[in-house]
Amino acid sequence: MTPPPLIAVAGNPNAGKSALFNALTGARQKVGNYPGVTVERHVGKTILPGGRPVEVVDLPGAYGLDPTSPDEEVTRDVLLGKQAGERLPDALLIVVDASNLDNHLRFTLQLIDLGLPTVVALNMVDLAKRDGLELDAARLQKELGVPVIETVAVRKRGLDPLLAALDELLLSPRLVRAGEGPSHDPLLLQLRARDIAMAAIVSETPVRRLTHRLDGLFLHPVAGPVILAAILFVMFQAVFAWSAPPADALEALVTGLGTWIGGALPDGILRSLIIDGVFAGVGAVIVFLPQILILFLFILLLEGTGYMVRAAFLMDRLMSHAGLSGRAFIPLLSSFACAVPGIMATRTIADPKDRLTTILVAPLMTCSARLPVYTLIIGAFIPARTVGPGIGLQGLVMFALYLAGIIGALLAALVLRRTVVKGGGGAFMMELPKYQMPRLADVALGLWQRAMIFLKRAGGIILTTTVILWALASFPQAGPGQKQSDVSIAGHIADGIHTVVAPIGFNKDISLALLPAMAAREVAVAAIGTVYSLDAEDEGQLQTLEQRMAGRWSLATALAFLAWFVFAPQCISTIAVTRRETNGWKWPLFMVGYLFTLAYIAAGATYWTAVAFGLG
Amino acid sequence: MNGAKSLDQLGVGVRARIAAIDWAALDDGDASRLRHFGFDEGVAVESLHAGPFGRDPLAIRVGRMTVAIRRAHARAVRVTTEAV
Repeated sequence: MTPPPLIAVAGNPNAGKSALFNALTGARQKVGNYPGVTVERHVGKTILPGGRPVEVVDLPGAYGLDPTSPDEEVTRDVLLGKQAGERLPDALLIVVDASNLDNHLRFTLQLIDLGLPTVVALNMVDLAKRDGLELDAARLQKELGVPVIETVAVRKRGLDPLLAALDELLLSPRLVRAGEGPSHDPLLLQLRARDIAMAAIVSETPVRRLTHRLDGLFLHPVAGPVILAAILFVMFQAVFAWSAPPADALEALVTGLGTWIGGALPDGILRSLIIDGVFAGVGAVIVFLPQILILFLFILLLEGTGYMVRAAFLMDRLMSHAGLSGRAFIPLLSSFACAVPGIMATRTIADPKDRLTTILVAPLMTCSARLPVYTLIIGAFIPARTVGPGIGLQGLVMFALYLAGIIGALLAALVLRRTVVKGGGGAFMMELPKYQMPRLADVALGLWQRAMIFLKRAGGIILTTTVILWALASFPQAGPGQKQSDVSIAGHIADGIHTVVAPIGFNKDISLALLPAMAAREVAVAAIGTVYSLDAEDEGQLQTLEQRMAGRWSLATALAFLAWFVFAPQCISTIAVTRRETNGWKWPLFMVGYLFTLAYIAAGATYWTAVAFGLG
Repeated sequence: MNGAKSLDQLGVGVRARIAAIDWAALDDGDASRLRHFGFDEGVAVESLHAGPFGRDPLAIRVGRMTVAIRRAHARAVRVTTEAV
């Protein structure tokens, strides 16, 4: 069976490429990776009006065929048929921002010169009109020599004519333009692009653009940083406040299911595996889905509206003091959700040393996988009282943990830039795109993709580690008067780890949780859940996990555990993505080493300080 | 050239035209990114905003695009405010 024809969507960044791709393929898309690089491959399916199914691939945005980043390299290589894991596209859909013709046409001209059957989507014509720009699509079509269709991807306008044009392209025999081939003289290209843009623009009425007015506010020297701080504050508040009802509902569901299944199963190994292994372990993690989704919702909205780049602009100067650039702000903010997409987002940082530094400090940002750990410990040990109007002590501790991560990252960057990652840097160049209302469906789709990734993790890595841990913690079985966590294999392994971490105040439960938590941080919660669940059967009492912990840990130990998780690189995925992004083991090993050292020092310092204040 | 200065000296809200770019003062990557953004002789520019800390970076309108660049790079761009 021959595969369906492949249509590549290409264009400048901020041309509305992905919105058009989403509008064309709907939810029928897959997110993967190109082999060997961490550039995401978005591919979807759609059916052309003639009934022909086609595959559509959304190429990374680029300014030209002379790449300045790994993303742009993939775009070039796919279009030249040189990218591993992708066939040469059968047709090309170029997306152009109608209000930015002179710039986008340069890349368009390069793309047309490739000789693939091509359609141009003149996108965001509504915004161009808002900016007082009147365009002649027919004239543009004549100048470019390929079909030009006006579209508004976010409103799904112009999709039918676009699909019809693609259908026609694929029906007609393949036309490869004879002639000069790709032109690489930047000056000539620019001139041609400007001439064509000039010809296509019918009239231009100067208006005070919305984006300009908004920038006057968001980039204001005083209001700008204040608004940024407020947005970040609301974002983190929302993560905790909004997530409580759905998280409680999820927890009730998991508990209910566990009780129901537990009641239906005969007492024995299988029941223990399902209840103590699967439900206590994976269930403890699943309840954090709402928090993670809310965090991603904010990040998707900030990116979709165009605000994220403004945040980078505001932060550039401050970050330059730490040897980073404003560009690093976006990957670092994404790392609050998860360091893996954060590290992948560093690909847009052009300077290799800026990029390496950002990768090395990204795991210090408090990722969502730490939330289960933080929330559990804070819930168990920090009293839920207020320390001021509207300020809860628990929230304050959480804020302090986030802050510790940020300060840790900036200090680490500062030191790294002066020692192991010296030299280079000093560049910050990025486009400030127009503000836009993101389309709800696009945001929903992005959230859906994140949720699936999280659930697959919970179902895969977390379930596997939890079940292995359950097995290690269940055998051999405890005799009368013995505690299960003392006699099991896991107990003996924990004894070994305990000798190393006892000086920093860690008890045996923590020692037991640390090893499986290497797979992913949230497994620490699952691990503690499983172990206490097994022990609870001996103790014969029903308590919540938090109550059990509060009875067994000192406050100093709990605080040390929190400090540990601010720094510890306990995440296989992060280590793996760092290896891929830095092409070797040198930097991931360095990262693991320096972060564990910091974690040990921080936990130790916290523990001994707390003990000195009589909290031991 | 009368009214010629470097882009980083251009006041906020002042329109100008690029007179010359000292490509040699920029490294290859930076130069090609500036080109991608449409920086070129004869192109209209306007300084729109300056960063809140140390008035750096700058938001520059170049053609129809707005881009952020640091002062250090803006220094390589000579602009003229004459006959805009």
